[in-house]
Amino acid sequence: MSILVIAEHNNQQLNSATLSALSAATQLGDTIDLLIAGNSCQEVADQASNIPCLNRVLIADNSVYRHFLAENIAPLVADAADGYSHVLAVATTTAKNIMPRVAALLDVQAISDISAVISADTFKRPIYAGNLIATVQSLDNIKVITVRGTAFEFVSAEGGSAAIESIDVVHDKGISDYVSEQLAQSDRPELTAASIVISGGRGMASGDNYDMLYSIADKLGAAVGASRAAVDADFAPNDMQVGQTGKIVAPDLYIAVGISGAIQHLAGMKDSKVIVAINKDEEAPIFSVADYGLAADLFTALPELECRLS
Amino acid sequence: MKVLVAIKRVVDYNVKVRANADNSDVDLANVKMSMNPFCEIAVEEAVRLKEKGQVNEIVTISIGDSQSQEQLRTSLALGADRSILVQTEQPLEPLAVAKCLKAVCDNESPDLILMGKQAIDGDNNQTGQMLASLLGCGQGTFASEVSIEAGKVAVTREIDGGLQTVSLALPAVVTTDLRLNEPRYASLPNIMKSKQKPLAVISTDELGVDITARTKLLGVEPPAQRQAGIMVSDVAQLVDKLKNEAKVIS
Repeated sequence: MSILVIAEHNNQQLNSATLSALSAATQLGDTIDLLIAGNSCQEVADQASNIPCLNRVLIADNSVYRHFLAENIAPLVADAADGYSHVLAVATTTAKNIMPRVAALLDVQAISDISAVISADTFKRPIYAGNLIATVQSLDNIKVITVRGTAFEFVSAEGGSAAIESIDVVHDKGISDYVSEQLAQSDRPELTAASIVISGGRGMASGDNYDMLYSIADKLGAAVGASRAAVDADFAPNDMQVGQTGKIVAPDLYIAVGISGAIQHLAGMKDSKVIVAINKDEEAPIFSVADYGLAADLFTALPELECRLS
Repeated sequence: MKVLVAIKRVVDYNVKVRANADNSDVDLANVKMSMNPFCEIAVEEAVRLKEKGQVNEIVTISIGDSQSQEQLRTSLALGADRSILVQTEQPLEPLAVAKCLKAVCDNESPDLILMGKQAIDGDNNQTGQMLASLLGCGQGTFASEVSIEAGKVAVTREIDGGLQTVSLALPAVVTTDLRLNEPRYASLPNIMKSKQKPLAVISTDELGVDITARTKLLGVEPPAQRQAGIMVSDVAQLVDKLKNEAKVIS
């Protein structure tokens, strides 16, 4: 078995979530190559070459790959997939965009968002917003897979010395152009990588009230998230949404504030190690998954919490 | 301009699904079925483009069993002009669905294909990307804004770090995210009118596509349940528990 993993990065830094895709790969076979497609991304390849489980680091460095447009990267990955038994990527929005396009080019039924590897061709994956777990066997020759990052421990990132090889193939389909990006600027840790996450829901009542969450987050070194209801109400931007259709997080500590606990939200955070719920409604479903529940008005509980963390 | 909107009949999002008795599949007996919520957003977007005068024909399509006609009728009541049902009793995987859609696109030549980013049953999030791949056209996935200008479509996409805008040559496939729009309800007169609108039924055989299953479902089980925790009486106790019992803060 030889496995090709597609790196998630921003042309400067390897996204650590890639290490969970590599972890899934180590359960499938011993020969693992990492493909870095991007532009001026040599730094990423240098970082990746330190990952001990890697055989080779393949780098496709060209301006047509700069913004990770699926139209250009999918044919690159499909070409590179030749000879591999599996092609894996961690299920970020970038990979969710690219991998099904790769699968169709290879005439393969992709397997999305696996949460466990049972054997080389059989995987577990959540369906119906995580209400059920399906066990699926792939009958295709090449398995094209996205990996739920929170379901696999990271592999070690240091101590290796994988060879770096260039791929010079350029696929410029000319059917899509990058226009612009509005990325959230924050000094706080990234939601999916943070060890503590504090999220607010509709109970926060306004976007301004999120300042209470931000000050607590800064005391704890936490990331701030939001429920879908809060995002829909414009209390918080979409990239903060935790849930089945937003981000899947599994931090050491998840604090849900003013969140009722709709199944779609639970699907995005219920694998957290410790869950705290603060909600004035004692009947809120969030309490059924919380390790520590506090039935209280968040507008008095949050200032007190901030105070006690000082 | 002609828009094709692909829609899927799924278990209603309010239904709590269960595994069947022998854990071989999802128990779908007697559960309420609806149009996939992301597909409703796709239909709404098509109708808004038509209301703006940028689109003159909306064709909706579903690939599924004969009961999918219900959801197609709903789309007609919401403003679609005509519908196509590619009828199959066998549940199809995203690749096979994409192949059926590709075959219909070859006949219909739409300028824009709108669909949901994922169906809330399988949660695969694949079909739109696969269709774009088979058509060799651009894809604007997870759209929160769509605007058509001068033969191109600009799509603002919800990505992990925020928003990204891409410009795609037409024809293109756009998959909808939650915040693209808020779908309307069908009015009673429009529901009555929808019954007169054309709905063609064709079989997968007529399309001549390979719909062989590429995966096998070996079983379905409920996820591991969390142990119920405790209620604390106040913030002081909460902080104490987090520091000294769970040891997750210092």
